[in-house]
Amino acid sequence: MKTLGRYFIFLGSIFNNRESFRTYFRLIIDESITIGVDSVFIVAIVSTFIGAVTAVQTAYNIVSPLIENYIIGNIVRDMTILELAPTITALVFAGKVGSSIATGLGTMRISEQIDALEVMGINSVSYLVLPKIVSTMIMYPLLVILAAFLSLYGGFLASTLSGLSSASDYIYGVRYGFNEFTVLFMLIKALVFAFLISTISAYKGFYTSGGALEVGQSSTKAVTSSCIAILLADYLLADLMLN
Amino acid sequence: MIEFKDIKKSFDGKEILRGVSGKFKTGKTNLIIGSSGTGKSVLLKVIVGLVEPDEGAIYYDEQNFTTGDKKLRTHIRRDIGMLFQGGALFDSKTVEENVMFPLNLQKGMSKSEKLDRVNWCLKRVGLENANTKMPSEISGGMKKRVGIARAIVDDIKYLFCDEPNSGLDPQTSIVIDELIAEITKELKITSVVVTHDMNSVMGIGDHIIYLAKGEKLWEGSNKEILNTKVEQLKEFVFASKLLQNYKENA
Repeated sequence: MKTLGRYFIFLGSIFNNRESFRTYFRLIIDESITIGVDSVFIVAIVSTFIGAVTAVQTAYNIVSPLIENYIIGNIVRDMTILELAPTITALVFAGKVGSSIATGLGTMRISEQIDALEVMGINSVSYLVLPKIVSTMIMYPLLVILAAFLSLYGGFLASTLSGLSSASDYIYGVRYGFNEFTVLFMLIKALVFAFLISTISAYKGFYTSGGALEVGQSSTKAVTSSCIAILLADYLLADLMLN
Repeated sequence: MIEFKDIKKSFDGKEILRGVSGKFKTGKTNLIIGSSGTGKSVLLKVIVGLVEPDEGAIYYDEQNFTTGDKKLRTHIRRDIGMLFQGGALFDSKTVEENVMFPLNLQKGMSKSEKLDRVNWCLKRVGLENANTKMPSEISGGMKKRVGIARAIVDDIKYLFCDEPNSGLDPQTSIVIDELIAEITKELKITSVVVTHDMNSVMGIGDHIIYLAKGEKLWEGSNKEILNTKVEQLKEFVFASKLLQNYKENA
């Protein structure tokens, strides 16, 4: 409970005594490159293969000749949009970006760079953390959209190249019974996960004390806590919005 | 002038500062000395506002920093420059960007004015050609110099240095000490240096406060310190063989 309270106080202090918009604008651009653009490769690899594996496993489970092949595209689409693109990408993202945020802030803390900012009269929480949160919340939904497309494309490649389904069947399945709300649901999940990953990782990194060993521990805790928070939020959002 | 009255601070029930009071005079190099773990760095952090005191008050030119509102504290903090033990340079920025950083928070200065000021500061600390270097490419002594340049770039009134000689060889230590003392006189600022290096004490200690177990046991200048009657301070001062020999010869 104490940690939770401290986390909320930390979130509150982000919005106190802020610097000028121009200062944040430049920081947000820099962070967006580090957080978003540098994550494209890993997100692309993971999502393409997940889509491909989902297609193959769906085909493996279709044992009845009464079920048509287009169902592969249909299942890959729903799995991708509802769960795989936002959630699996979030877990990968927590590992890559979450640990990077925690390590970066932890190192700044132990090398007194955060103290240096405070002495200059800067609200270090706001200056360092706010651009990371904003950048993550801008870039992560974009990455999820990219992941969704690549996952569907991965499924398409796996289905057509291995003869599990024809291209036209797969595309028909992807389009069949499409509900636009699932895309909105995916984007809401992406925003919630982005907020959780950036704030939890920043919190863990910002309050690092000690030396290099503790920076490593903060990074590990950031990833673990972010993953748990993502899974909890995933369940709560599904229950709230789909039930 | 900086004045602090009856400063008390505990961490997890352990008393670190037990009612320390004192004054740091303008235009002087003020030293806080004492053995390791006596609360020197904590006192410095309390004075600059990085750590809140449990009791007591700090005054910057008679303005109460401890109870002052956010606006006053921010205003006072913009008059403070600080050199940290490891330099605390921003890893991702070049030397020039590090020194320019405090100026970027201000409005009304053009880029060329900022650059002129940065170059003046770098020249003042003897690093004319280091603008494009990254912190990882420079030595410990150079990092301290860049730290001093960053601290003085913004027309400060108060300069704080936390163990500026730690990790430096004796010759570089003297260079850094002299630089701090020169800048203090040149810019007519109040400097406060935390150290346990007797070379610094004898070289630049215009005004010295000796701390032991969180209490102020002695106050004076480097001219008076060798004749102290305080036993703990004697042990601290004459722990160095060089000073022992000096005293015996004298």
